[in-house]
Amino acid sequence: MEHVAQHSDPHYDQEASKMGMWLFIFTELLLFGGLFIVYAIYRFMNPEAFQMAGKELNITIGAINTIILLVSSMTIAMSTSSLQKKNKGLTVLLLEITIILAVIFLINKYFEWGVKFDHGIWPGSEHLLNDLGKGEILFFGLYFVMTGLHALHIVVGLVIIVVALNKIQKGTVNADRPSLLENAGLYWHLVDLIWIFLFPLFYLIH
Amino acid sequence: MQTATHPSNEVSYLDYKGKYKGIFGWIFSTDHKRIGLLYMYSMLVMFVVGVGLGLAMKLELIAPGKTIMDPGTYNAVFTVHGVIMIFMIVIPGLPAVFGNFFLPIMIGAKDVSFPKLNLLSWYFYVAGALLVISSVLFGNGTPDTGWTFYAPYSFKSGTNLLPAIFGAFVLGFSSILTGLNFIVTIHRMRAPGMTWFKMPLFPWSLYGTAWIQLLATPVVGITLVLVALERIFNIGVFDPALGGDPILYQHLFWIYSHPAVYVMILPAMGAISEIIPTFSQKHIFGYRAIIASTLAIAFVGYFVWGHHMFTSGMSGTAQYTFSILTFIVAIPSAIKVFNWISTMHKGSINPEAPFLWAVSFIFVFMIGGFSGLVLGALAANVHVHDTAFVVAHFHFIVFGGVGFAFFGAIHYWFPKMFGRMYDKVWAKVGWAFFTVGFLTLYSPMFYLGMMGMPRRYYDYLPEFHAANILSSLGSWVMTFGLLIVVINLFRSAKNGPIAEMNPWNSKTLEWTVPSPPPLENFDEIPVYGEKDGPYEY
Repeated sequence: MEHVAQHSDPHYDQEASKMGMWLFIFTELLLFGGLFIVYAIYRFMNPEAFQMAGKELNITIGAINTIILLVSSMTIAMSTSSLQKKNKGLTVLLLEITIILAVIFLINKYFEWGVKFDHGIWPGSEHLLNDLGKGEILFFGLYFVMTGLHALHIVVGLVIIVVALNKIQKGTVNADRPSLLENAGLYWHLVDLIWIFLFPLFYLIH
Repeated sequence: MQTATHPSNEVSYLDYKGKYKGIFGWIFSTDHKRIGLLYMYSMLVMFVVGVGLGLAMKLELIAPGKTIMDPGTYNAVFTVHGVIMIFMIVIPGLPAVFGNFFLPIMIGAKDVSFPKLNLLSWYFYVAGALLVISSVLFGNGTPDTGWTFYAPYSFKSGTNLLPAIFGAFVLGFSSILTGLNFIVTIHRMRAPGMTWFKMPLFPWSLYGTAWIQLLATPVVGITLVLVALERIFNIGVFDPALGGDPILYQHLFWIYSHPAVYVMILPAMGAISEIIPTFSQKHIFGYRAIIASTLAIAFVGYFVWGHHMFTSGMSGTAQYTFSILTFIVAIPSAIKVFNWISTMHKGSINPEAPFLWAVSFIFVFMIGGFSGLVLGALAANVHVHDTAFVVAHFHFIVFGGVGFAFFGAIHYWFPKMFGRMYDKVWAKVGWAFFTVGFLTLYSPMFYLGMMGMPRRYYDYLPEFHAANILSSLGSWVMTFGLLIVVINLFRSAKNGPIAEMNPWNSKTLEWTVPSPPPLENFDEIPVYGEKDGPYEY
């Protein structure tokens, strides 16, 4: 409404947007929480198959992706600080680095999934259904669902960061109104955090 | 009382002309009051469809054998009836309509914290509703799994289930965003001086509800995603042929869907807690006890889901635990009933339509609640599991609870929402037909269930005929009452006599603003003093 737009400043409540973001993060945690429960139950029921199937995954790519996400979490946190210090150039640069790192993560993921497809492993593939046991079917089913949903969150996070970057360049997100960047940062940390759990659960536990 | 000073506050929210004209002034409006009405009208459309399907089922059951539909159609009809009524009517019901409309006014705010997000959640609601409808109109076959989408049938059934599942997911998103908005609004936008324990009880119930919406809905969201992926890709998590466990689906589904029952009933209880003191002209009895019981229900409600699965295969320990927790969750509900009755004691009772709806709410809610204890007891549950008894129980709670509270709330707040009063005689006539019809429709199902008539069949044994005739007759009487209520309200919204600002002499803040309220509700944000309170009669 026109009226609200004119008086938008008194309606600006930084605490409220931060609280809203935290609540949204709770819902995301519970979304993945459901998947973690499913994972835990099936791992408990099929310990050996999960162990064998886990060896199929490439620890090196997983480790590289972990490092990439951790560094990107650092750069977006640094961009928040530099926005507070009113250093616009550095903020933009750090966000650009974050975006590049996120894209590299997705490219790695693409190749990682590609290798699985080459080996005939995808949900419902003939090789999976005919040659491998039920535990392996569940492991790879969950692997594709959970890393796929996580990758989707990376894409969403990317979009939010691009929007924030755009608004910082325009000046509508600035040291006095940093909510969008701060929330983008919170969301990105969440995406990072979920990966921190996915990586050991799928790649490392043998 | 108020002289409008803001240019936007000179006219009511109904007459306000913003940037957009006509219908766009509504569907692009971020005004919480208009969004509340958008929800109400879209719900009404879906409700008419749901009631129609319910009537069709009752007509089918008026005689044994095929009456108007074959078994497959009957399965589709109860599925779509359930999906519409649960996901589109009773879960959003009171929070989306009256919560949106009155939460900001009752806590002395100009709007919710995130008005645009609020509008977005209505868009999600409409998108979800359209998806579910598309599963009926297109594809090969209407969904026939029941509203619970139980595995493995939900990915084995050849019917057009994907849009329905995706629609339920999107509706969940709408619910989450509304809950998130309300929590932040209640934390951040209460009027100066309105401490937590001076907040009216309807906002308190919305607060408890919002936490359930926020924390339980994502679990069913991911569960529905898994079922959809199971259908498309055969990922195996719920498919026993691929190593998955269909019982796990039931657990995940009810981890949300039982708390969802409290999403339905808590705001209903909140509305009743506003109506009873107003029409008794007396301070609510046990204000803090009602708040504590609201929060207790919201909390304990997370841990009772297993009582839907007593016959599905659970360990004895799990069964005992879920059974005892189910009994415990009945205690706070009973506390509320005692508080409402005590509020009426020695009050100046004014038996207007909202009060009649509220009192009959208590009556049907108690029947629903006690029959819930029958189902929560392990031995009795095995006897009546999946019978008409269960159908009677949850219709007494869900339709009796939410429906009666919704009609009580609309008759209570109607003069504020539209600035006009309804015809009070017709309102009471409608209530009488509805209540008699309701009891005639659902009470025989308790008997039928005890005698062993299973639910979800289009046919039954001849000995169940008499009670089924009675039940079908009740469905017509109830629908007749419903028609009177709805027509009376529609006519009065246009032509009713102009209502006073505070026709019921209520003490909460929404009655201090003009009827209908102006765009930003208040010219000056009200300040709560030391001695002010929502129920100081």
